[in-house]
Amino acid sequence: MQYKDYYKILGVNRNASKDEIKRAYRKLARKYHPDVSKEADAEARFKEINEAHEVLKDAEKRAAYDALGSHWKAGQEYRPPPGGGAYGQEFHFDAGDAAQFSDFFSSIFGGMGGGRGHASGAGFRMRGRDEHAKILIGLEDAFHGATRKLQLEVPEVDAQGRVTRHTKTLNVRIPAGITQGQQIRLAGQGQPGAGGGANGDLYLEVEIQPHPFYELDGKDIYLHLPVAPWEAALGATVSTPTLGGPVQLKIPPGSQSGRKLRLKGRGLPGRPAGDQYVILEIVIPPAKDDKARRFYRRMAEEMPFDPRAQLGV
Amino acid sequence: MSRELDILQGVLLDETFQVGLEEVERLCGLDRATLETLVCEGLLPPRGGTPGEWRFSGPEVRRLQRALRLRRAFELDWAATALTLDLLDEIERLRREIRLLKVCGGR
Repeated sequence: MQYKDYYKILGVNRNASKDEIKRAYRKLARKYHPDVSKEADAEARFKEINEAHEVLKDAEKRAAYDALGSHWKAGQEYRPPPGGGAYGQEFHFDAGDAAQFSDFFSSIFGGMGGGRGHASGAGFRMRGRDEHAKILIGLEDAFHGATRKLQLEVPEVDAQGRVTRHTKTLNVRIPAGITQGQQIRLAGQGQPGAGGGANGDLYLEVEIQPHPFYELDGKDIYLHLPVAPWEAALGATVSTPTLGGPVQLKIPPGSQSGRKLRLKGRGLPGRPAGDQYVILEIVIPPAKDDKARRFYRRMAEEMPFDPRAQLGV
Repeated sequence: MSRELDILQGVLLDETFQVGLEEVERLCGLDRATLETLVCEGLLPPRGGTPGEWRFSGPEVRRLQRALRLRRAFELDWAATALTLDLLDEIERLRREIRLLKVCGGR
């Protein structure tokens, strides 16, 4: 396993005071807490920050960690001495937290049940902690529904109270119509319970990937639709993409750029289903040859039109 | 290793998802007194009827869980937790408005 430099993670000196550690933790937590952070790696960083703080905020745990020596470099291969890093000592921590921490943490402070850890104790029945994870899905999958394979790291406690980890694969149904920020709850798929307690639940929070031409708002979809000047001026029926497949959209005569048309019920499915809003964007054909230029000149002559009339110039 | 995994069908916590007091206590690891405090602090909209008749939607469960995580990580009291959640909601609302303004070009 790799050595973790808890001081470096919090960005403090090895002789930092308790207050300095607390301040450093809070500052980093404000930046990386998954509920407030927009950073891509917020979840992993916050876990690491939390683990470092858990050790350094407590004098006994900090002393046990410091006893490993200061010659270690972050990421260096670390082999725990037989019997663990702080043999014979008892440490108090929240079992749910401890199970989320690294192998390096477990090697120093022991596991969750029995042994050196003092979190659960024999005969103590405790429900496993709920887990929260983010799941990234495409807009098409949100519309049609999908099945997703997920890999999760699951901590397991052996009879000696040591924490080991294995990877669990889940096949999860993503219901059609799910939208940004919604949660799927998978009962019993969180952390295992202790002493015969029930497993925790797993919450998957959905994040929808940006789409090249659709924009999502709740269950509504927005689309910019390019139209030719004569389609906008005279009215037309044009083919328009929707997540459910192309539909024929009627453009009313005299439409200007930016006009918003609604395709009722063509957004994400649900009760009620979302709508699709189509925003017209008039695109003019380029005057790239003599024929086109002549045509534009004829329009100017035969169709008096002052687009700046309202500006009084 | 070729064994096909069963497909897990979770519960979608959307607006149509509704649970009572006991279930929300279990889902969020809260007791009744705390939940009543949260309603009084304005963290959740006021509820009519007796607590036994209270119903909570999926987004409200998410809001509660979020509140508890923030309270714990930053050692906040309930008033500060409620303020933080309100400000986060406001940021979300403004981001949404900016996104829509960009899409519709201000029209």
